[in-house]
Amino acid sequence: MYRYDAIDRSLVAERVAQFRDQTRRHLAGELSEDDFRPLRLQNGLYVQRHSPMLRIAIPYGLLSSAQLRKLARIARVYDRGYGHFTTRQNLQYNWPRLAQAPEILAELAEVGMHAIQTSGNCIRNITTDHFAGVAPDEHVDPRALAEILRQWSTFHPEFAYLPRKFKIALSGAATDRAATLLHDIGLYALKNAEGELGLRVIVGGGMGRTPIIGHVVREFLPWRDMLTYLEAILRVYNRHGRRDNLYKSRIKILVKALGVDAFRAQVEAEWEHLRGTESTLTDGELARVSAHFAPPSYEPPGDEDQALAFQLAADRAFERWFRRNVHPHRQPGYRAVTLSLKKTGVPPGDVTADQMDLVADLADRHSFGELRVSHEQNLILADVRERDLLALWRRAREAGLATPNVGLLTNIVCCPGGDFCALANAKSIPVAEAIQRRFDDLDYLHDIGELDLNISGCMNSCGHHHIGHIGILGVDKNGSEWYQVSIGGEQGINAALGEVIGPSFAAAEMPGVVEGLVEAYLAHRTGDERFVDTVHRIGIAPFKARVYGEKREAAHA
Amino acid sequence: MPRHVIRHGQVIGDIWQVLVPREGESPATAALPEGPLAVSLDVWKARREELLARSSPVGVRLEPADDPAQIAGDLPRLALVAVNFPKLADGRGYSTGYLLRRRYGYRGELRAVGDVLRDQLFYLARSGFDAFQLREGADAHAALPSLRDFSEAYQSAGDARAPHFRRRAAPAGAAS
Ligand code: SF4
Repeated sequence: MYRYDAIDRSLVAERVAQFRDQTRRHLAGELSEDDFRPLRLQNGLYVQRHSPMLRIAIPYGLLSSAQLRKLARIARVYDRGYGHFTTRQNLQYNWPRLAQAPEILAELAEVGMHAIQTSGNCIRNITTDHFAGVAPDEHVDPRALAEILRQWSTFHPEFAYLPRKFKIALSGAATDRAATLLHDIGLYALKNAEGELGLRVIVGGGMGRTPIIGHVVREFLPWRDMLTYLEAILRVYNRHGRRDNLYKSRIKILVKALGVDAFRAQVEAEWEHLRGTESTLTDGELARVSAHFAPPSYEPPGDEDQALAFQLAADRAFERWFRRNVHPHRQPGYRAVTLSLKKTGVPPGDVTADQMDLVADLADRHSFGELRVSHEQNLILADVRERDLLALWRRAREAGLATPNVGLLTNIVCCPGGDFCALANAKSIPVAEAIQRRFDDLDYLHDIGELDLNISGCMNSCGHHHIGHIGILGVDKNGSEWYQVSIGGEQGINAALGEVIGPSFAAAEMPGVVEGLVEAYLAHRTGDERFVDTVHRIGIAPFKARVYGEKREAAHA
Repeated sequence: MPRHVIRHGQVIGDIWQVLVPREGESPATAALPEGPLAVSLDVWKARREELLARSSPVGVRLEPADDPAQIAGDLPRLALVAVNFPKLADGRGYSTGYLLRRRYGYRGELRAVGDVLRDQLFYLARSGFDAFQLREGADAHAALPSLRDFSEAYQSAGDARAPHFRRRAAPAGAAS
């Protein structure tokens, strides 16, 4: 992974000093809350329901074991012994104290971490594929470009006070695990017929109040032009994006208002001034950064394939976990492993300090001391020897990190919602838990097969409900909490937005509603069709009939 | 009390007057005070010749929505371009600074005015501003260290520093 050099270290240290002074002035009454707000937000510090919330950046989801141990320590010393992984591959602490935030940032700086630009109207943490560099379906490893983007966007002076937050995702595999179609800018790395590396540039996608699939603004941008082209897009947005209405200020609204062709023309006109200038990337720079992501020293494959087959045959639980939580790897004899943070009864994405320490140990022992955070709020050990899987599974299971549910209904993606977030319309964690409890029969769960269920506590869509096969959105009706349900959303290369099935439900109804949707699916599925495929094939009517038909009967009973 | 500005890293007295027509006042007829004078874009467009004929320095004050291209041809004759930040969070002026310096080659005083505080100075300076008139009541002397909040920068911006990857010891590869 990327290791800090002198400039990275000095910038992060200077940021800590800067924020320490800003916090001091704020607490001394020299810097008003209004003036302090944009500064603290650009250091990841929100004010939430109970206390500030601090969001730590995990650039493109990559962590070392030493960094994870530091996160565990901070959870113990400054928080309540746990943290929460978000859908943007970051980590949030829910209970830090404002006065201690500079201390926390200083501790993070010791291991090359920070909270820079994890909030505020600036370029946020770059996200990418959590299987980058190991996925067999990958044609370009996006990590070096992601790191180049991290550096470029960090403290970019011109783009720190944009109309609104700005999210960039990067992917280079056949399966788009970074949702490039649903970001302010999505970059999809590919090679052209001549074998040259380039990027498909997608602009104006996003969830939130106005969910939109992004538009392709350029089909093939040579990689050397990545920064100049992004600068052109950001400058057009910074100058012309709306600032009068919070809900219309994302770039997707600008693209929509201008029309994609006019938007593209503006970007290209701006870019004409920039192409070939000093921000044009060099082979040397790509090589320098790529060297940080060189493959680890894999051992040559041995005879563990047979041992693994034997182990799988001997233990049903291990086999079940293997099937769901272990993923193919391009290196023979190796696998990628998901450690599930979706155990029933634990808020999705939450992890205790002890679990963090354990995962750090597992990473050291089995995965070259590194791990990743997935946007589905799980942890990934990307380079595990097949012969280590059984031992790894046993230790993960003891720690509650081996729920065999990746890709299944109980692997719920869920925002913190009304329990923590000041913006929420409704709670999301208890709804997730109630649904998990209803589907606690593993055989049934596995029979249902792949199903993404996403919950957001409000229109900000942090739980990505629009792209859940089943999406649940907290809504406010006259001061009480209700849930709107959509189906048919999908992530990836064929990203689709879910369709709302009808009037919203009370919290207590939600497990029954999901059950009804699943039963309708089971009644209609053919072959090994997934839930979402069935929805796309037969439409939402049969699902609606099932859910609302029952509801009416219940009401009349 | 004389107003102060920060210019080239020092606090100095401000010699400039600003003319922005009031509600109902016509840019074509508003009185032009004596001495160094910066005017809004509409006054500049209406009175350009008259202003250039004066013996004292002239400048233009741009609002966030003003396109700096409109004064690009006049820049060599302007001693001051002020960019107004009516609200701290309105970042359009950063792009204005970039364009004036890098695209239109402006070399004179580029001043950030309005809702400007010390915590914005570093980014403003990197966007090409060399002068800052802080919000009324803010302490300009106390703000000076903020200009040095960071010793380095990764990317190129309005201040024309080359991106860091081009300043590394052994430059490998060339621009395409
Ligand atoms: S979706 Fe809404 S409730 Fe949930 S974390 Fe985001 S802002 Fe808060």
